[in-house]
Amino acid sequence: MPRNNNIQSVLIIGSGPIVIGQACEFDYSGSQAARSLREEGIEVTLINSNPATIMTDKVVADNVYLEPLEPESIIKILENHKIDAVLPTMGGQTGLNLAIKCQEMGIWEEFGVALIGVDIDAIEITENREAFRNLMEKIDVPMAPQKTAKSFLEGKRVAQEFGFPLCIRASYTLGGAGAAVVYEEKEFDKLLDSGLHISPIHEVMIDKAMMGWKEYELELLRDNNDNVVIICSIENFDPMGVHTGDSITVAPAMTLSDTTFQRMRNMAIKMMRSIGNFAGGCNVQFAVSPDEKEDIIAIEINPRVSRSSALASKATGYPIAKIAAKLAIGYNLDELSNQITKTTSALFEPTLDYVIVKIPRWNFNKFPGADRTLGLQMKSVGEVMGIGRSFQEALQKACQSLEINRNGLGADGKEVTDQNEILHSLEFPSWNRLFHIYDAIKLGIPMKRIIEKTKIDIWFLKQIEELIKLERQIEKFNIDTITKDLLFEAKQKGYADRQIAHLLRCLESEVYQKRSALNIRRVYKLVDTCAAEFEAQTPYYYSTFEEENESVVTDRKKVVVLGSGPNRIGQGIEFDYSCVHGVLAAKECGYETIMINCNPETVSTDFDTADKLYFEPVFWEHIYDIIQHEKPEGVIVQLGGQTALKLAQKLERYGIKIIGTSFEALDIAEDRGRFSNVLKENNIPYPEFGVVESAEQALELSDQLGFPLLVRPSYVLGGQKMKIVISKEELEHHVVDILRDMPENQILLDHFLGGAIEAEADAICDGENVYIIGVMQHIEPAGIHSGDSYAVLPPYNLGDLVMQQIEDITHKIAVELKTVGLINIQFAIKDDKVYVIEANPRASRTVPFIAKAYDEPYVNYATKVMLGEKKVTDFNFSPRKEGYAIKIPVFSFNKFPNVNKELGPEMKSTGEAIRFIKDLKDPFFRKIFAERNLYLSR
Amino acid sequence: MTERSPAVLVLADGTVFNGKALGIKGKTAGELAFNTGMTGYQEVFTDPSYLGQLLIMNTSHIGNYGVHRDESESDVMQVAGIIVKKFSEIASRVGGDGTLEEMMFRDNKLGISDIDTRALVRHIRQHGAMNAIVSTEQDIDVNALLKEVLEVPSMKGMELSSKVSTKEAFEVKSTTGKSLFKVALLDLGVKRNIIRCLNERDCDVMVFPMHSSLEEMLAYQPDGFMLSNGPGDPGAMQATHQLVGEIISTAIPVFGICMGHQVIALSQGLATEKMHHGHRGLNHPIKNLKTGKGEITSQNHGFVVAKSSLVGRTDIEVTHVHLNDDTIAGIALKNKPVFSVQYHPESSAGPHDSRYLFDDFITNMKNFKK
Repeated sequence: MPRNNNIQSVLIIGSGPIVIGQACEFDYSGSQAARSLREEGIEVTLINSNPATIMTDKVVADNVYLEPLEPESIIKILENHKIDAVLPTMGGQTGLNLAIKCQEMGIWEEFGVALIGVDIDAIEITENREAFRNLMEKIDVPMAPQKTAKSFLEGKRVAQEFGFPLCIRASYTLGGAGAAVVYEEKEFDKLLDSGLHISPIHEVMIDKAMMGWKEYELELLRDNNDNVVIICSIENFDPMGVHTGDSITVAPAMTLSDTTFQRMRNMAIKMMRSIGNFAGGCNVQFAVSPDEKEDIIAIEINPRVSRSSALASKATGYPIAKIAAKLAIGYNLDELSNQITKTTSALFEPTLDYVIVKIPRWNFNKFPGADRTLGLQMKSVGEVMGIGRSFQEALQKACQSLEINRNGLGADGKEVTDQNEILHSLEFPSWNRLFHIYDAIKLGIPMKRIIEKTKIDIWFLKQIEELIKLERQIEKFNIDTITKDLLFEAKQKGYADRQIAHLLRCLESEVYQKRSALNIRRVYKLVDTCAAEFEAQTPYYYSTFEEENESVVTDRKKVVVLGSGPNRIGQGIEFDYSCVHGVLAAKECGYETIMINCNPETVSTDFDTADKLYFEPVFWEHIYDIIQHEKPEGVIVQLGGQTALKLAQKLERYGIKIIGTSFEALDIAEDRGRFSNVLKENNIPYPEFGVVESAEQALELSDQLGFPLLVRPSYVLGGQKMKIVISKEELEHHVVDILRDMPENQILLDHFLGGAIEAEADAICDGENVYIIGVMQHIEPAGIHSGDSYAVLPPYNLGDLVMQQIEDITHKIAVELKTVGLINIQFAIKDDKVYVIEANPRASRTVPFIAKAYDEPYVNYATKVMLGEKKVTDFNFSPRKEGYAIKIPVFSFNKFPNVNKELGPEMKSTGEAIRFIKDLKDPFFRKIFAERNLYLSR
Repeated sequence: MTERSPAVLVLADGTVFNGKALGIKGKTAGELAFNTGMTGYQEVFTDPSYLGQLLIMNTSHIGNYGVHRDESESDVMQVAGIIVKKFSEIASRVGGDGTLEEMMFRDNKLGISDIDTRALVRHIRQHGAMNAIVSTEQDIDVNALLKEVLEVPSMKGMELSSKVSTKEAFEVKSTTGKSLFKVALLDLGVKRNIIRCLNERDCDVMVFPMHSSLEEMLAYQPDGFMLSNGPGDPGAMQATHQLVGEIISTAIPVFGICMGHQVIALSQGLATEKMHHGHRGLNHPIKNLKTGKGEITSQNHGFVVAKSSLVGRTDIEVTHVHLNDDTIAGIALKNKPVFSVQYHPESSAGPHDSRYLFDDFITNMKNFKK
């Protein structure tokens, strides 16, 4: 059936603020869907309360509503626009839940809006475990023994029947909230109670735990003609027991025979067909018994795009959300073409001639006291994907992408050798189990014991063992004696020059020189959906060490934009927003744009975004090789957060041009000593401070500065390890703590201005002219990290005198630092005097917020300034200034029930929402102000 | 790891790839072909249709889950040799029967690993299928190998079915406990799963050597004829074309798969042609023109029924087309219970989307019996 012409206008529901379990993968899918519909001439209206998204941008949708995801907002939209259909499958569980709520209230019916891409019954059945189980029984699909309980007593009865261990989870919740594996009764009682409490329908499901079964996921697409294709098979490295969002996953499936895979494929198709008649994407999870029977049981089915479908899209090149949107408006798969080859059919199943490994990124250090053991409840905040021609290469590249101060898996001198610690970690996985598996093998712990503890398939473990064997061989040599074959093998297996340098006891640069001399070079291969069977049109590349290089360099002028790597607290989707706009702006200026990033959840790694996408670790060696290959005019580092920025020094050292603000200026801003000199020279006030390198120095300095003190390491983002201390004991403890985790880092001690008001300004500067795009005032007093504060744009009670000081200082600093591009300055205001806390000459977390609130493309402008194409004075700024916009921080504390929720100078929020108010009489503002203005932080 | 000895692959156009040796020491030549499937290597390597083919596996890892007694499509590995990127030395499968390399040694096969298979596939995509030779011998002389490969005959015009067809007829009984139909299967290189799919549908199957006569086959009193898959050039087996023509004129239902499909076409005066580099994989999209539905199919063919030869043939209907290149994927004779497909509804390896074709065949037999 061709496109349904009755649909001329579609509403897409976004997923709201980023929380653990629902991150920027839905910005990627929503943006893709919107573009895909607009290609068809359909008017797209978008609702999302998250301003830091590309999907809520004018470049993506026709009408954007940055409103709370509530039925009231939907009604408002439907009153303003003639909407023919709503596509609720792109906004995660949040989007679906809102669609259901509106359905129940009869809103869709009232306004004559069709639900497309899903049917409500399908959502109902997949969310209602008991109904789902009955359906599976009917269609003969086995599941783990399971019962639901609506009361404490009922739950206890089920536990008695099944015996421990058990899985318990609350019905209708996100990312496995309230889910856990329970080994004993006492724990069970507690979780049963809390699970019933957090479930909106007061229900928990209790499953027999299938611990150690192999876990798989399939991504499906179905059209109106009931054609179903499997886009990707994903195998979990971590078997059942760890939430799939917290599992290391691999595609394609590595240890699955065709016989078992086809059984699984048949089951998945049967399941999708059974839950309802809808055209769109679907994700099905399975477990396979680790014995000769290879029994398959279904775990769950999600009739929408998901985190896994975003991963599958990046893993295969097949844009699931884009195609799902087309199917939702009536197209059949055979009427669409493969978006990568452009010549073959979209009705097919991608096939891979490479391997991808996804590793989640956790942020446990932000949640002291949190239970760091992985289980049924997702705890990671982001993820990275490594692509290689082998599992080992992909694994190393994923480890290099993580930004956890490792150079890959192993060969960096950071091994743990405490047997007990390792054995415990193998059995009770946390963020570092992968590294501990490596350590265990290296230490000689028998494979049998590792399998017994981890239940990980021996194939994966043997792959890691092979790496260790290779390292042992390499270690026998030095940089002069290492053979070409061995060096080539190490590079093929994904080892970074740094790791090899560690093994050969030499410098990274020596390894680089040696391999260059031996002509061991990176080549680039295409992600093409078809394993090279057809020619592909889409420039989506990854590196490896082989013979043929497929990345042809054009003679156009080029610019590289460095991405921000995995999402984590303090560096999230906002930076991807800026990167994407940077790319689009550079395109407008006639540049060929080259994106480098390793985060599969993002819009920046959509092959439709930049002219060329290199899906590679944002890791020096990979970046340098791409630059050597492409020879761009320069590199934009100020959009990708600290990840990109911290590479500036090395770029400078290697003579690579940094586009926009120079490294020198970036360095001044980071170097507290140099920066305060600038402030002093310009008569700009700042809190007294000092720089120390040891606890001893810190204690001495504290006598001079006096308490309270704000203590933090330099060169960090999101207030990592930032703390306010009020005594010498606390100071000593915290400094020792920082130096343990970040040795050789300088530590800053600021006199803390208690009770001050905080504000921040973002500006664009071309070196001479400055335009302040917005000033935001925090509601909480100083001491709460700006990312965790409620903030109001423009300020709600700063007097003219204060505003004038802020503006003057911003101008002065921007010009003094010879800023070319964006700059963010943080202020503390006490007794009407404005002090500068810090300045960051880069895109900040608030830039997307201001751009959305004022409805102007500031990153676009800033990029054009960076590239020297425009001066600040060339733009006709006309911000939409009506009322106020409130930035609402959103936390994921519910994933860490035992963690102190108190806020402080270290950022803890995972996302944000925007709320527009007309004036300060607004009840929402008054409520927040009353609650937060006196928030006392330690 | 590095302990493997070196091996070399030499293409007829002089291109050389250096890699590591797999299996026995020796040399093997054949026509290069690539298979894009990500699972099912054992089924593929033991598929008689791959006889004489040097097979490149596009996917990165081969051998991970070893081999299993129930997953061979014939008694031995049929490929001339294998070309892979990463070869697994270990087999991870609780119920498995050893490693792939053990099977290679058992069947005297060799191969090459650790080469840029993607570059090789792209080379074939650009220059077309060609012959090549792999050597795992201790002394490798590339020039001598090139000379040798140039002497290997082309797949075009080569009849290979007789090498894999059964020498003696044998019967395989239905596995359902009911024997409702008798199928005479002409073995041109049959995959076991074709027989299994029939057995599962209440059929007893008599497998006949390819040089059987119609009389011999009719003596079985079949309710239907199954024409199997097989290796080589379908155009180079005139006797079979004639036999199939005779089979069709009996008005007994006929179902042809792959080569079976091609010989049906040839017996009806259609032509086949060699493709640039063929279709081999588990992800090939087919559209059933009768139902309008898509199927993801398992394919393995280097020859195809020529579209041009169908012009003006009102007695033959095209039932299935390949969605990627619009080639003919299925035909049916209009006034006879005869149909055939270019792909593999029995799959193994591959998706089960097209198993309904066996049911259609059963329906034809049912109607015929009435």
